[in-house]
Amino acid sequence: MATQTLIPAGDFRTTYAADTTVFPTRTSRNAMIVGIILICFAPQVLNEYTLSLLIQIGIFGIAALGLNIVVGFTGQISIGHAAFFGFGAFTSAYLSNRFGIPVFFCIPLAGIVTAGVGLIFGLPAARLKGLYLAIATLAAQYILLDFFARAEWFTGGSVPASAEAFSIFGYSLRGDKKYFYVVLAYVIICYLLVTNLIRSRDGRALVAVRDHYLSAEIMGINLTKYRTLSFGLAAFFAGVGGALYAHYNQVVSNEGFGIDRSIIFLAMIIIGGIGSVAGTLMGTAFMVLLPESMEWLSVALRGSPIDTVLGLKNNIAFLREMAIGLIIIVFLVFEPDGLAHRWRRIKAYWKLYPFSH
Amino acid sequence: MNTQLLIQLLVNGLVVGTLYGVVAMSFVLIYKATQVVNFAQGELLLIGAWVCWWLLTKYQVPFYLGMPITLVFMFVFGIAIQVVILRPMIGEPIISVIMVTIALSTVFSALMKWIFGVNLQPFPRIFTTQNVNILGLQVQTVYLMSLAVSLAMMVGMAWFFRLSKYGLAMRATAFNQQVAQSLGISVKSVFAMAWAISATVSAVAGVVVAVVNGVSAGLSAYGVKVFPAAILGGLDSVGGAVLGGIIIGLLENFAHFLDSEYLHWGNLYEIAPFYALIIILMIKPYGLFGTKDIERV
Repeated sequence: MATQTLIPAGDFRTTYAADTTVFPTRTSRNAMIVGIILICFAPQVLNEYTLSLLIQIGIFGIAALGLNIVVGFTGQISIGHAAFFGFGAFTSAYLSNRFGIPVFFCIPLAGIVTAGVGLIFGLPAARLKGLYLAIATLAAQYILLDFFARAEWFTGGSVPASAEAFSIFGYSLRGDKKYFYVVLAYVIICYLLVTNLIRSRDGRALVAVRDHYLSAEIMGINLTKYRTLSFGLAAFFAGVGGALYAHYNQVVSNEGFGIDRSIIFLAMIIIGGIGSVAGTLMGTAFMVLLPESMEWLSVALRGSPIDTVLGLKNNIAFLREMAIGLIIIVFLVFEPDGLAHRWRRIKAYWKLYPFSH
Repeated sequence: MNTQLLIQLLVNGLVVGTLYGVVAMSFVLIYKATQVVNFAQGELLLIGAWVCWWLLTKYQVPFYLGMPITLVFMFVFGIAIQVVILRPMIGEPIISVIMVTIALSTVFSALMKWIFGVNLQPFPRIFTTQNVNILGLQVQTVYLMSLAVSLAMMVGMAWFFRLSKYGLAMRATAFNQQVAQSLGISVKSVFAMAWAISATVSAVAGVVVAVVNGVSAGLSAYGVKVFPAAILGGLDSVGGAVLGGIIIGLLENFAHFLDSEYLHWGNLYEIAPFYALIIILMIKPYGLFGTKDIERV
């Protein structure tokens, strides 16, 4: 079937190829390509601050994508994602400092090493499910954090570890303007990988484990293998994200990999849409921009009565934390399918615009 | 070997362990009655302790009056959480419910930091004598009080479940919701009651910890220590939770002893319960007294 420019009404899919296609129409594919080309010009147009936000969205977006594989596609809960993110950051810094491996190779290597650690902590998944697994990952979070504080040879202990700047063929990509392209390349590669994973045999097996694990097992899907595999995959993307984060800041300290960061990762995928690849990026953008917009709001309100009542200047950190929690609750109660679903609704509304209903 | 230190630490472990047991008991109560894993249990302790501290220091309310007011407040607060936030979540997938309680814990801990600040606040002195001499060991009065209160709450809980009408209704609901409903038990009010009792019991534990150590945001760490205790005892066993709490408390202090005497790794006692948790989950995930649930398609 030739690709069309518009989806027909009723959305009939008659072949498997049509059902698993990434872009349902030619227009959507072209729009994506044009979008990527346009974003390549971002460093020339945008200022440093906006760029740094975009880079953060990209980095956290990759890690959140990993979490979405576990939570969204395999239906397991992981509360320890930030620890894997941190492990990736430290591993990449360690590999490049200790063995002198070029940063270009360190990032995927850090992903692989973190995937190994993820597989170890995913082993309880062989026997556990649901909330028992959630509690196991909570323990993993604390154990890994303790390890970071303890292993001075690896993390530098209380002194932050330094990470080299990204360079390729001796050409250093230091600074937001150049590093933006590195992150962009990784975002495109990772999102393509996961989109294709979901279309593959293994991806369908993961979804089957989520939807009904007993039926999946009866159909010959190895539950142990796929549950553990999903943890490994999640840790891989967390590790890649963490490595990118390390070489972006060029310093990795022990802070920022705690349970609160794990909760933010969970918030990203809940807001974006559990089990939606594109939604992950939307949710990440939302969660990165939320604290920033609160910052802008507090600056705008400075000196006003609201400011004096709330004491915005000193308490903005607590208000931010509260906002994160409240946003999660609001989304879970009112919009459990997340922003991705809302986006589809908006598209559906405009498709028949003057004649909807 | 330093026997004096070992005994001191084991007594410490017993006292802390019974407190863990009480918190784990209220955690299991919610899980058993409403099938909700409450990640905000530690924050319930925190809120109870702060409210009591606020009444005692700000309004100079005497302790014998301030404590009941705190408990009444927490009772209503528990019902409010259940009705406003968790009732709409009934029937949602388990992951959503877990996420809601995680989000609640974030909101509450941030709210408490916002209202009361992040610094440790000493609790007003309640006892006149500081230490009591038992068998040659100097034991702080607050420790004895903590032990006594914990035991009293355990006995009270046992009485409630075995002999009172509401306790029976709760056990029936935990056993089978539909059957309980058909026998005229209001499942809605049982759910609300479970949260109310759990919040109240947690608040008592929170006040006890506050009397011993003072109030600070770190108090919610008790909510995390609940998981090793509850898993060890079995997630749906109230008695198991108490035993699990005591074992975890002892283990923690024994790890501290090993650490300070022989290993010198530092901070081992903080992380030991989590290693124990992983091991339990690997070899006996349903704990000592938990029921192994049978899956049917």
